[in-house]
Amino acid sequence: MSISIRSITKTFGAYKALDKVSLEVPEGSLTALLGPSGSGKTTLLRIVAGLEFADEGSGAIHFHGEDVTQIHAGQRGVGFVFQHYALFKHMTVADNIAFGLSVLPRKQRPPSAEIRSRVTELLSLVHLEGLEKRRPDQLSGGQRQRVALARALAIRPKVLLLDEPFGALDAKVRKDLRRWLRRFHDEIGLTTLFVTHDQEEALELADQVVVMANSKIEQVGDPQQVYDHPATPFVIRFLGNVNSVRDPRDPESPLYVRPHDMGILFAAEADPATDRVARVHHLFSAGPIARLSLRLEDGQFVDAEISRQQLDELALSVGDPVAVRFQGASRFE
Amino acid sequence: MSHRPVTTESLGVKLLLIGATVLVLVLFLLLPLCAVFAEALRKGADVFFASLRDPVAASAIKLTLLTAGIAVPLNALFGISAAWLVTKFRFPGRTFLVALIDLPFAVSPVVAGLVWMLIFGSKGWFPPGEMAEFFAPVAKVVQSIAHTPGLGWLGGLGDWLERPKIVFDLPGIIIATVFVTFPFVARELIPLMETQGTDEEEAAITLGAKGWKVFLRVTLPNIKWGLLYGVLLCNARAMGEFGAVSVVSGHIRGKTNTLPLHVEVLYNEYQYSAAFACASLLALLALVTLALKDLIERLGHAGSGGH
Repeated sequence: MSISIRSITKTFGAYKALDKVSLEVPEGSLTALLGPSGSGKTTLLRIVAGLEFADEGSGAIHFHGEDVTQIHAGQRGVGFVFQHYALFKHMTVADNIAFGLSVLPRKQRPPSAEIRSRVTELLSLVHLEGLEKRRPDQLSGGQRQRVALARALAIRPKVLLLDEPFGALDAKVRKDLRRWLRRFHDEIGLTTLFVTHDQEEALELADQVVVMANSKIEQVGDPQQVYDHPATPFVIRFLGNVNSVRDPRDPESPLYVRPHDMGILFAAEADPATDRVARVHHLFSAGPIARLSLRLEDGQFVDAEISRQQLDELALSVGDPVAVRFQGASRFE
Repeated sequence: MSHRPVTTESLGVKLLLIGATVLVLVLFLLLPLCAVFAEALRKGADVFFASLRDPVAASAIKLTLLTAGIAVPLNALFGISAAWLVTKFRFPGRTFLVALIDLPFAVSPVVAGLVWMLIFGSKGWFPPGEMAEFFAPVAKVVQSIAHTPGLGWLGGLGDWLERPKIVFDLPGIIIATVFVTFPFVARELIPLMETQGTDEEEAAITLGAKGWKVFLRVTLPNIKWGLLYGVLLCNARAMGEFGAVSVVSGHIRGKTNTLPLHVEVLYNEYQYSAAFACASLLALLALVTLALKDLIERLGHAGSGGH
């Protein structure tokens, strides 16, 4: 089911957490809300879930064309996975997963045998067969997350919402689970919206990346688009390391260029029309990529990344002059 | 030089600290407790049991049980609602409310009793005569309903409404006890519910659970050990309360004397064995409370997976 967010504003006291935010989440997509803390991404997710309500008269949330703006979280049919999973500590894994079915009114509640078989089915879906009887504190972080996912899916939600799904995991588990979640999403095809502050995670996992900052959406696009064609200085800065270089010919608008896009040539090859001269200030060459810190003739420092092979060809050491060519630089008006 | 862990003291200091602790424990805690039981049993078990079977003592025990039986469940309810309110919601005046919950702990029990005299006493804001006038129409209705078969039990309420009495009677004793023991449950639950946050409740809500079910299936199981502990302390205080109850009870023997008040009366009349026999019941209550407290803590730890 598609999600359509139309001009949502949310204020907490004097603080505006969301400012007329609109967004389309296509059916079956995996969409990332990416931004630093305080950008409003979690608030937006909670408003989509119905855990928080937008300001009176500010806009609407539609699920597949149906207006759900006034519908409460419990009736909205969303699967929500909390950052710290919020598993019910005193219940077994099976009872956690069955919760959404067991609290249905008597008339709609499936018979207990059916609930049990649904729990078994969900456990095998998230690859946790045989852990029915465990309690949340007897599970690893990754297992807890998958229990939370199975619990959210038990109510057959229309959309799946995940708040920082990998935030509480260590680096190794994080990478594994990230790939697992991508395959899992492709398998079940449920429209999924997740919040993250990690650009690598968003770019690797999502079909659509929504970059947020200061209560607004900065850019929406697929990972390739937002990375290669950032719409604003904020986006280019947030999606990875970038040099912002003051251009003496146009001091008002700096050039943005990523370290790995910097062309490094012998000083003698410098083309005065496009290149600038710099000296090697610092050189870090452990590993396959060499990182250079360069000092331009006007005193600005910039970073560059080149291959070890190129470094050997250039035979650089600290203090040497080089020519710098800004390839693929972005400029914003 | 000997190498001992940096947090360990020398043998001399250790012995001194252990000795001082044991001395204080024996002198101030264990000795008085033994004295109570020794004094109670000094004239033999027969006298001991006779003092407890005495009709006046029996009525004091009954009144104490009744008071605790009403005040403790009320405070469990009030404590849960107060803790729920101040931990799961944010509203102006919240910190003031949290401070107000502690008021009964901060105020002297005598004052806690006197305020109710000031409000419901014969020279108070709502003296019994005025209350009788106020309740008269209601009393009439209740009395007439009480005549219908099956509703006879309303007669008692009707009688009370005709001649309402709060201080120097059971209602006053219960109100004073509720007031004094109010903070126990709330104070136990507030920090607990504060650390638990609202995540699990929100999860339950997104899964379709509604208010009451969220409370019964998610909130209550998470706070049950803290709640039991609070109820236990609340009960110990409700049964043992002296000051506030002493002010409002009026000391009507066999009628409005609770067990602690009865102990004082006996003692003042030089009936030491009887006084200590009744006092030993209160001391026993303390021991049972401590044993249960220990049990609750152990079960609570096991229940939360040994953290």
